This record gives sequence, C-alpha cells and structure tokens, in this order.
Amino acid sequence: MSKAKWMGISKVRENIAASSSEEVTASYLDTISKSKINGYVTINEGAIARAQDIDNGKEGKGHDGVLAGVPIAIKDNISTKGIQTTCSSKILQGYVPPYNAHVIERLLDAGAVILGKTNMDEFAMGTSTESSHYGTTLNPWDHERVPGGSSGGSAAVVAAGEAPISLGSDTGGSVRCPAAFCGVVGLKPTYGGISRYGLISYANSLEQIGPIATNVSDIATIMDVIGGHDLRDSTSIRQEIAYQDSLVDDVSGLKIGVPDEYFAEGIDEGVEKSVWAAIQKFEDMGATWEKVSMPHTKYALPAYYVTAMSEASSNLARFDGTRYGHVEQGENWHVMASRTRAKGFGEEVKRRILLGTYALSAGYHDKYYLKALKVRTLVKQDFDKALSNVDVLMAPTMPAPAFKIGEKIEDPLALYLTDVNTVPINLAGVPSISMPCGLVDGLPVGLQIIGKHFDESTIMRAAYSFEQNTDHLTKRPAGVE
Amino acid sequence: MVYHNPDGVMIGLEIHVQLNKLNTKMFCGCSTKYHDDEPNTHVCPVCLGLPGSLPVINERAVESAMKIGLALNCDIVPQTQFHRKNYFYPDLPKGFQTTQYDFPIASEGKVVIEGEDGEHVIGITRAHMEEDPGRLVHIGSIDKSKGTMIDYNRSGMALIEIVSEPDMRSPKEARRFLDKLRNIIDYLDVCDTTLEGAMRFDANVSIGGGSRAEVKNISSHKGAERALLFEIVRQKNLLRRGGTVVQETRHFDEARGVTISLRTKEQEHDYRYFPEPDLVPMRVADRTAKVVETLPELPDAKRERFTKEYGMADMHAKALTSEIRIADYYEEVAAKVDAKICTPWVADVLKGELNYRDLTIESYTVDDMVEIIGMVTQDKITEKSAVEVIRTILDSGGSAGDIVKEKGLIKVEDDVVSTAVAEVIRENEAAVVDYRGGKEQSLNFLVGQVMKKTRGRADAREAREMVLESLNK
Ligand SMILES: [Zn+2]
Repeated sequence: MSKAKWMGISKVRENIAASSSEEVTASYLDTISKSKINGYVTINEGAIARAQDIDNGKEGKGHDGVLAGVPIAIKDNISTKGIQTTCSSKILQGYVPPYNAHVIERLLDAGAVILGKTNMDEFAMGTSTESSHYGTTLNPWDHERVPGGSSGGSAAVVAAGEAPISLGSDTGGSVRCPAAFCGVVGLKPTYGGISRYGLISYANSLEQIGPIATNVSDIATIMDVIGGHDLRDSTSIRQEIAYQDSLVDDVSGLKIGVPDEYFAEGIDEGVEKSVWAAIQKFEDMGATWEKVSMPHTKYALPAYYVTAMSEASSNLARFDGTRYGHVEQGENWHVMASRTRAKGFGEEVKRRILLGTYALSAGYHDKYYLKALKVRTLVKQDFDKALSNVDVLMAPTMPAPAFKIGEKIEDPLALYLTDVNTVPINLAGVPSISMPCGLVDGLPVGLQIIGKHFDESTIMRAAYSFEQNTDHLTKRPAGVE
Repeated sequence: MVYHNPDGVMIGLEIHVQLNKLNTKMFCGCSTKYHDDEPNTHVCPVCLGLPGSLPVINERAVESAMKIGLALNCDIVPQTQFHRKNYFYPDLPKGFQTTQYDFPIASEGKVVIEGEDGEHVIGITRAHMEEDPGRLVHIGSIDKSKGTMIDYNRSGMALIEIVSEPDMRSPKEARRFLDKLRNIIDYLDVCDTTLEGAMRFDANVSIGGGSRAEVKNISSHKGAERALLFEIVRQKNLLRRGGTVVQETRHFDEARGVTISLRTKEQEHDYRYFPEPDLVPMRVADRTAKVVETLPELPDAKRERFTKEYGMADMHAKALTSEIRIADYYEEVAAKVDAKICTPWVADVLKGELNYRDLTIESYTVDDMVEIIGMVTQDKITEKSAVEVIRTILDSGGSAGDIVKEKGLIKVEDDVVSTAVAEVIRENEAAVVDYRGGKEQSLNFLVGQVMKKTRGRADAREAREMVLESLNK
C-alpha cells in the first residue's frame, strides 16, 4: 500500500471524498503496522467499523462534521470508552474506560476516527517518552534519538505519517517539546481553554490537552472542535476563541518580546541561531521586536517540579489495584495495594510520588509546596508585565534538539533541566505554540510563540504567517513523503 | 443551682450529617436514593474515582451547608474552598477525600442547650462540606472475615461535618446537644435523620485538663452517651491508679459498650492537605442574604412563638417544638380545636403515650386527635375514656367513634347517675350515718358504689358532687 505521508486535514478529506474513510483509515493502519518507531500503545480495533459508519452516513456518528472520517491519534492518558487507556503504565494495563473524555466526545461528534492510543512517558512524567512501560518511542528523524515527551508518541506518529493529527497533553511542555523534537506543530492552550474531563491527571493545575498537527490550520480546526467551556470541568472557562478567523497572513505591527532568560547558558548554538533567524523573519514581515526581562524564570523549574509532584502524589493515590488495572496479591488490603503500587509504577513515577509526598508533609509543606505557590505567582507576574508591552513572546521551545535515547534517562536532574523554557508557561497558564523554525544537523528546532491569556488568536496569526512565508513545514523525516 | 463539674469533664463532638435529601451527590449527578438498592448501582466515573473524572460542586449542597451554618449561628465565609485530605483506604476511591480545610463554609457559631444547671451555650467551631466514602461490608465477623466487599453507592454523598467546642460537661449534656442538633437539622429539612448513616458522631473527651481521647464510630445519641460514660470512667480509673491519659484515637464497640485504642498521637496520619486543584475557590458572600430568607422558623423561635400565640406554658412549648413533626402536628390540631384545650392533649397525653410505646407522631392522625378532643369538650366521653381511646388506637388501630361504641364509653346521662346515687344512699345507711358522723372516708366508699352501679361510665367528679348534694339535703 501507500508510503507514509504527511497529510493535512484538507488533503485527508479530499482523499476520503475520492475514495472513503475506510480506505484512508486502512492505509494509516497499514503504515502503523509497518512502523519501527513504537508510537502506539494500543490500536483501536474498532477504527475500520467506525470509518464505515461515517462512509455510510450513519446518523449520530458525525458523518457531516468537520472531521468526518478523519483519522486521529490520541495520547494514552485521555479516557476512551472501550479502548484500553494505560498512561503507558503497567498499573493501568488492561484498563478499558467505560466513558469518553470530553474532547473524545467532541471529536466523535465531529466525525473523527480514532486510530489508537499513543505512547508517552508513564503518567506524562518525562521529556523523552523513555519512561513508558511499553518501550521508548523513536524519533522519526533519527531513530537513535528520543521524540521528546511526554506526548512523544502523539508527535512522532504525526511526523512519521502514521496519523494526520493527534492529541497530546501539556503539563510542563509535554506537547511543545515533542512537537519541537519531531518537527511538527503543537499548541498548549490557555489553562481552562479545553475541558480536562477525561484527561488522567498528573498535575491538574498545570496541564491542558493540546493538538499536534503538520500545519497551523489543522491546529485551528481541531481547537474549534475540542475547545470551549464544559460544565464537567470546573476549571474550564467560558471564553470563545475564533480559531479559523485567526488564520490571517499578516503580522504587520505585531510587537514581539524576546526574553533573554530563555536563551540562557547551555543553549545549543544552532537552536539559538534558528530562533533568532525566525525573529528576524518576523521583522522582515512587518513585526517589531524588543528584549523583555522575565527575572523569575530561573525559579520556575523548581517551583514547577514541586507543584507538579505534589499534585501527582495525590492524583496517583487512586491506583491501588482495588477497582481497575494491574493488581498484585497480598494478605490484606494494605499489602495488596502497596505491592500493586510497588510493582505497577515505574521508577520515575515512584520518584515523583515520593518527592511530592515529602513536599506536602507536615513540616515541609510551607518550605516546599507553599513556597512553590509563591514563586508561581511571581512567574505569572513576569508574564503579565512582559505581555503588557508586547503582543507575543518568542523563544526556543527546547534549548537543544532531540537528544540520544539513554543519554539523560539515568540523570533525572539533567532531564528536568531540559524543560527550562516550557514550564514557566504552564505556571503562568498562558497559551503557547511550538512550530518548526529550522534544522540543526538534520534535527528540527522548535520556535515557541507565547501569548496572553485566551489570546490564542494572536499566536495563531503569528504562527500561520510564519508558516505561509517560510518553508520550514515542508521538511520531513527521511522515508516520509 | 450551679453545676461545678467535679471531674473537669470536657466533651467536644464532631457530627457528620449526610445531605440525603438532595437529589444528587456532592460532586456528581448520581442519585442519593440508594438505600433500598443493590450495591454499586448508584455510581459513575466521578464517585468511583475513575481516572480522568473531575468533580463539580452541587450548588444545592452548598445552600444546605449555608443553611446549617446559619441555623447554628455561624459566620458564613465570603469565599470557600475545597482541600484534599490524603490517605489510603479501600472505601476511598480516589485515595483522598475532598473536604474543606482552612476555609470552611461556616465557623464560630453557638447552640444553647438545657444544661446541667439551666441554659448552657455550646460553641460551634466550624461546619464544613465534604464527601462520604464508600461502605465496607465484611464477609463474616470483622476479625475472622474472609473478605470485604465495597459498596460505592454511598461514595460521594454530600456530608456536613459540624465540629463543636469542648463545651459539654457531662454525657447528658452531650446527648442534649445531639438531640438539639438533630432537631435543628430536621427543621431545616436538609437530611432525613431516620435513614441509616444519616448522622454519625465522633467525640473527644478529657478530664481535669488532661490529654483528650477521640472516640470514633458512634452511631446513635444513646450510643454517644454510653461511649462517653465509659470513657470518663476509664480515664478516671486510669488517673486514680496513677496512670496518665494519652492523646489517642479510640474505637467505640457498640455491642460491648467499651472504647478500644486504635492509634496514639505518634501513629496519627499526616493528611497532607492541599487545595483541590480541580475546584476553583467559590464566592458565597453574595448568596448568604438569599439563603437567610429561605431559613425556616427554628426550634427556639418556634418555642417562643408558641407561648405567645397559643398562650401555653414554656414547658409545653418546649415539648411541642422538640420535634418539627410534633410542632407541625400541634399547629394542625390547634387550627381546628381551641388551642388552650388541645395543648395538654398533644404535649402531655399524646407525647407521653407515644414515648411509652416508642412510636412517632405519624401513629396518631390529626383527625383522630381532633375527634377525641371534640368528644371530651362536648361532654360525650370522660377524659379518662379519651385516654383509653388514644391508647387503643395506638395499640391496635381503629377509629375513635367505633372504639367508643364498642367499649360503651359514652358518658351516662345525669338522671341515671342520680338514680344510682339515690339507690346507693338508700342501700348503705351505715355509711351515710358514718359520714354524717364525721367519717370522711365513707364519702369515697359511696362514690365508689355509684361508679360501680354505672359501670364506670359516670364522671367521678360529677358523681362525687351529686352524692355530696344528697347527703347534705
Ligand atoms: Zn456518581
């Protein structure tokens, strides 16, 4: 059958019109079956039947929706009714949710066909997808390198032509990092922009579901489907954003802020050059830029990890083998639950649960958890201040291109440090899009465009203009057309 | 009289009130009417704590909480917040309980009870919202159980935890406080207090300013009194033998009536409270005034109104307002019969008979009450017969009219009584002579003979007067 291809939603819909969703879906499943990158944990056995329903115009299946028949890959921490959802953890092996996440309901209403569930760092805790219980996903650009994380599978399958679009989730960069490493586009919306109902929590106060695609327009199409208020998520906010309308090729007068702190010591020279070249390009297109100061950036990383681990220690308490997932035997409930957790969670997850438990414990609560909250307020103020003078901020998504598999996994601290440019955005809750802005030694570099709360329109307009006036998004990994 | 509290007893109570009158649970849409249903049939992703589910606050639960807070004379916090209380237990599907910590919805209230030495004020520290865990059902006895089953129907039910100051000085005062509290909850109509698990209690007890022991697993007002009595004796004995009371948590074994140590202070959980990230802080300040408007008349206010409106003694007003159902019952009766007349019939007679039989007010209808009072006021039956009718209805049912007929309780006409009086005086000359000679007891004998002749249907008071009249002729 056909070779792996980059295809945007409009091309996929053309193909469906010319043949059928069943054929298009089958072609993706065929590509996936020959894949070497291990991007999926679970393939949706019902994908073909679902595509047929769309083809047959079956009522109530979304055959007239904007994503009618369009295949999509879903990160394995988003609840899908009838499809195993593991968070790439052993502890959820065999767990088949009885309900759909809000975003899944929306996607199905719009006619999307779920191809399968994508690999990730276990419970979204990581930057490389190496902590998955189901093996590492390989970077399609270089199979010796990581795809980034934690939504490594979601970005890699899009880059490898194994899905046209996907959903990830971004707690501290988990959409943007793999999008940058895999040379695709990924959006972390404003906190509250998409319902988290059905997203298996790692750090509730930080994370958002986000789309990954091969072009900016597709991000808008997906966001129009999944974004907006939902009563089932009390943190989701009533704020309508017209994503399609923001796809305008015009940045004249756009004021860009460039925070020095995001080009800190240790940044890869090639990355720095590519990002500055992108900013230069924006200037050529009619935008202006100025340097802005975000003095609390250096405290963001520890504040992020303390907050995320604290919330995680509580969020992951429910996995005790009592109701679902993996279970170990024991002479009483406490032994059973302890063994299940000891055997079911991987090293990184256990490390974060323990550190989070510690940070919330009596005597340490004020020193760590409360202090992290205070730092978070300061980081937010940095953004408020910087974004009061400029429309968007631009910076490298990751300080370096994709690293080698195994290079950092034994050194958690080195791995945490790679999140330095992504976590402040989650602490502030602002939106940010990562898109390719060049290659360094054959590896993609991500440009991060950060906006004000619920001002996705502006970062989408900037990203769309950049896409229209450069050829970065035409670059593909070897073997992908 | 002043109560000196010789042992320096200090009792504080924590009361969990389940808001089972709400239609749905605290954070999800599941029905609360599970009491007669199969286990695990009133559950959803949220109350099962399935991965990815999120809580949504039940606004009516918040209103109920505010009502309770206001009824307990508490301040309502302008902005309230939920926290997570983290601990592992099989009945806790999320591994934490969503509860309130430093911003409880209500705090600093008070309740006045009938204390050891008259009115006594019990401080209310706080009242906060939280969710109920599931219910564990042990197969066989708890110590030899082969397994435990979990029913999550109860999981996520809205609870209000009310915490009192350690202001009670005796188990009796604790019992009175609980009675008063239940009465207030009934008045507010936020909880069916008769359902299983509707109200549960923990108590903390100290004596002579020493360390306090917390007693858990108390499920009834009587149980509370027993548990406290035991605990006070235990602590006193311990001190007398030269020991010291340690701060600990104890379990009340209802069957044996004893408390057993569960864990000491060192073994206490560290609950690692932190704000629930899935629920944003909630402003309630602007809703308080509206909730105040919806508050019903509470027991103390009703008691005062009853004395004024119906001209009854405070003792009667207290008895009638001690339960909302009795107060409502009384007002229905008083709307149809003269209040002055019906007050003792409801407050003394009926309440007494119900209490004796451990029955509720529903056992005797308003219509029956109105009918029987009517018969008495129309002089058709004697007061004694009326009590008999009430007893008969409570014991074996039936209507007042039928019972009066069957038992031949219709009061005998005066001429029948006067004939009987004449006969008795004629037949008992000796007694008449004795009476006239100053022997007072002879009068009782003669009246007794009249009653005997009329087979009790005569009014004893009237018969006595008529005998006296004849004798003095
Ligand atoms: Zn439920």
